[in-house]
Amino acid sequence: MTTPEHLKYTETHEWVGTEADGTLAVGITDHAQEVLGDIVFLELPPVGKRYAQGEACAVIESVKAASDINMPVAGIVVAANDGLVQSPEQVNADAYGAWMFRIKPDKPADIGGLMDAAAYAGHAAK
Amino acid sequence: MLKTTPLNAAHRALGARMVDFGGWGMPLNYGSQIEEHHAVRRDAGMFDVSHMLVIDVHGAGARGFLRRMLANNADKLQDPGRALYSCMLNDEGGVIDDLIVYFLCDEFFRLVVNAGRADKDLAWLESLKERFDAALELWPRRDLAMIAVQGPNARERVWQVLPGTRAATEAMRTFHGAQLGELMLARTGYTGEDGFELMLPAARAETLWSALIGAGVKPCGLGARDTLRLEAGMNLWGQDMDESVSPLDAGIAWTVDLDGARDFVGKAALLARPQSRQLVGLVLADKGGVLRGHQKVTTLEGEGMITSGTFSPSLGRSIALARIPLGVNAGALVQVSVRDKQLTAKVVKLPFVRNGRILINLSQLTVEEKP
Repeated sequence: MTTPEHLKYTETHEWVGTEADGTLAVGITDHAQEVLGDIVFLELPPVGKRYAQGEACAVIESVKAASDINMPVAGIVVAANDGLVQSPEQVNADAYGAWMFRIKPDKPADIGGLMDAAAYAGHAAK
Repeated sequence: MLKTTPLNAAHRALGARMVDFGGWGMPLNYGSQIEEHHAVRRDAGMFDVSHMLVIDVHGAGARGFLRRMLANNADKLQDPGRALYSCMLNDEGGVIDDLIVYFLCDEFFRLVVNAGRADKDLAWLESLKERFDAALELWPRRDLAMIAVQGPNARERVWQVLPGTRAATEAMRTFHGAQLGELMLARTGYTGEDGFELMLPAARAETLWSALIGAGVKPCGLGARDTLRLEAGMNLWGQDMDESVSPLDAGIAWTVDLDGARDFVGKAALLARPQSRQLVGLVLADKGGVLRGHQKVTTLEGEGMITSGTFSPSLGRSIALARIPLGVNAGALVQVSVRDKQLTAKVVKLPFVRNGRILINLSQLTVEEKP
């Protein structure tokens, strides 16, 4: 299992990357895709919608089970990766390349409250 | 503490994702379960099914006992090696378990029952043995391992690894088995494909497993086993039927022999309670999710429920088995509650796939207008 150093992580297994323009890209971790197994369906949040931190905003389904994807920090969805909806197996192939949506955080400082790679690796190993 | 099969170490060495399946530590997959599924449909895959229990029935009273105990008629077992699928029912006509029974030779039958039901089944069989005062012995065979090798090339691969078995099994018809020394080969399975189920002493299992890998047979886990059996329209006990469900309402009326004078456990209850619902196949016509067990199905005749649902790798769509009211025919459109949405699915005849061939016309699935 890999855990890139430059990303932040949630307890519910989302990764969060800060883009050059200050928006945040969100996906699920390698550990999460491995637990879910073959991903076959993805439903992304509508662009423009605001969610609270921890709110379920997207759905991912593997052959085995359905799972919510939660908003890592409060904010507005500014982009959704529609290409990924057409080929959800990309999440299995490259979990950290497969961003699902981007958000503009209400408070950029909130990202400081998320886990770093070392903390997440420990969390995922539990 | 999970129970383990003789192949546990082999699964771990292959990097399997192990899960608790009814108290057994079993491989869910060894990587992509979709690739494992395709291997079985297109070439050859194998499953460790040693968690299932073999129960040998020996004795002069064995056949008479099976005639009373099984919903299907054991008298269909006349030529040695013949296998029969049946359920055993409780006195209320509910399904205690489904099983395959092999007629091996005079006064010797072999049952293969579900892992999660093994203890219950054994206790039930012992109680019926008392009730009918049957002259027989029940031998649970935890000393055996079982490997199911399935797929269009499965038998060829088994013969490659066990050349001595070819002559004796090449002409063997489907749903037959043969005992060859301490190995039993049966042309049965739970995938809708050709192949063999191999029963052998536990100590030999790992060697055979490795040899089959060497011959190009892909190890497959319980995940692929579930999508394969669902595409093949085969029931899973605990999902599609249980002790509260009549086999007539579980799509397996064809395995219940109600004709003739033969009495069997549960027969009176079935005669008193005719079929009230039907088990059908559903194919999701809409996009928007995956069909899963317990989702509500709304039809023009009333409500029903999905009993098993998944994503079908062969169809590239979600499929399900659903118990719905009588009178809803193949071709009808129904609504399924998937999370917070109502999605349209089409009722289809089972199975979805058999012997590598898709039996559902996918081009007719496009939904133009919702009812």
